[in-house]
Amino acid sequence: MELTDVPLHAVAHSRAGDKGNRVNLSLMPYDPALYPLLAGQVTEARVLALFAHRGATRCTRHDLPLIHAFNFVIDDALEGGVNGSLNLDGHGKSLSFRLLALTVRVPASSLPARG
Amino acid sequence: MLRMSDVFLVGNGAGFSGDRVDAPIPVVRSLVARGLPAAMFFECLAERTIALAQIEKRRDPEAGYEPMLERLLEPILADCAGAGIPILGNFGAANPMAAARCVARLARRLGLPALRIGVVTGDDVSDAVDLAALPAHEADAGFDLSAWTLVSANAYIGAAPLAEALARGAQVVVAGRTSDPSLAIAPLMHHFGWAEDDWQALAQGAACGHLLECGSQVTGGVFWDPGCKDIPDPANIGFPIAEVGRDGSLVITKPEGTGGIVDLRVVKEQLLYELHDPAAYLTPDVVLDITGVTLDQAGPDRVALRGARGHARPDRLKVTACYEGSWLGEGEVSVAGPNALARARATADVLLARVRQRGLGRRARADLVGVSSVHDSDDGALWRGYDGPEPPEIRIRLAVESATRDDADQAAREALAMLCCGTAGTAGARWRVTPRILTRSFLVPREMVPTEVTVREARAWN
Repeated sequence: MELTDVPLHAVAHSRAGDKGNRVNLSLMPYDPALYPLLAGQVTEARVLALFAHRGATRCTRHDLPLIHAFNFVIDDALEGGVNGSLNLDGHGKSLSFRLLALTVRVPASSLPARG
Repeated sequence: MLRMSDVFLVGNGAGFSGDRVDAPIPVVRSLVARGLPAAMFFECLAERTIALAQIEKRRDPEAGYEPMLERLLEPILADCAGAGIPILGNFGAANPMAAARCVARLARRLGLPALRIGVVTGDDVSDAVDLAALPAHEADAGFDLSAWTLVSANAYIGAAPLAEALARGAQVVVAGRTSDPSLAIAPLMHHFGWAEDDWQALAQGAACGHLLECGSQVTGGVFWDPGCKDIPDPANIGFPIAEVGRDGSLVITKPEGTGGIVDLRVVKEQLLYELHDPAAYLTPDVVLDITGVTLDQAGPDRVALRGARGHARPDRLKVTACYEGSWLGEGEVSVAGPNALARARATADVLLARVRQRGLGRRARADLVGVSSVHDSDDGALWRGYDGPEPPEIRIRLAVESATRDDADQAAREALAMLCCGTAGTAGARWRVTPRILTRSFLVPREMVPTEVTVREARAWN
């Protein structure tokens, strides 16, 4: 099978939410068949590393196989939280797209055709 | 077979203070046309909105509630009253009584002097609870709040007092801080007669409230990603309607003829929004467990959710306290064209040096908007390490936390000074100062948060 490296954005979607100094990022493959593959590649350690420059301390992944979704909860990723942060995006609402820039290796045949 | 009389419709008209003010109109039109028992709710209170409202109230005792309240309700109030559709909202913010007077004035102006307006109070615990004696539950990190001044402390009230207001005939229920899903649970409790410990039924209500509480976020807002996740007519996204069945069914949909989309992708995104442990989403009414949830596309713009489970509600309520005590100064300038990146980096470094040199801030940060900002850290790790192509334009932003308003203003004005003292071609300065509000939450025993329900006709609210 031909494998290709793509940003998660090519095969999955995500939404960010916040509570205090913690952000949660959902992650859902467009094709449920990719769920096990993402489970193997999008690990807590890789996601935590995306936020290391902001001092994130912990990442927990909750798996929801019935709806083919993951929920990543990242502690201390918001540099003080919505109110304490000096960031323009104190809520971290844009951070779903930092996750979606992460590279994954998928079968070329699984990429959706985009017009 | 579910009889239509066993279906209750819940419509949402706002997902935050600042939402589109014309959004409720198609939702109410749809509810009226369908003719089923229904309610509308408005969620207008983010974590610190109530603190900003409290500051407004200090300035003007009749202020401190949702500033768009009248604008939101004017086009729909008569239709809702006529069709027996109650309206619930946390639009009372820091001043529910003043909000009720505002609704009453509007009702009288619209020829509805007999409209029954209910108010739920008791969420404001700033005088009643000694927060200093309680351990913090969640907090903005790294701050010593001993130097800060308490602005507001509000408990997240559950559905029961809201349902009581409905039982006493309220057609509009004005609340301050409530749990967001409770605004949807209350009319369901009232309509179906759910007991306060019917965890399974309440879980269905909590799932409904959770999915609807952010308005268009479950019908295409926050979701659309042009070319990847397209939605029809994003300028007119329809706000959501839930069909809740007595049998435990739950369908999310939206008014006909509106933009946006309701499909599995968008519902999954909102189901997990602001959720941590999917087995334990805490509300004052029930602990919601979505680990057994399944979703089905039941028709165009219709998604059915099954399998929400409920567990006994927490015995304590969350109280969020807001504190003031510092100021945020922000200043911005732009550069564009050849060598923009070098000029932007130099500008950022000089701005940070000026703030340090003048001792204006406790913390400072610079962003290069167009290179890296919202994904970056306070020390600019990403833009300092950037080695990609030269962007055509960059906006440099300085953000400074200062102890006094004047220091924050002086720091922000350093961006302005760059118009003459800065690099070649520096332009477009803007600067502003805002008070900073920090929050900390606590868990308090329910009995420390008694609520009170007042229901009066519009003509009697003065």
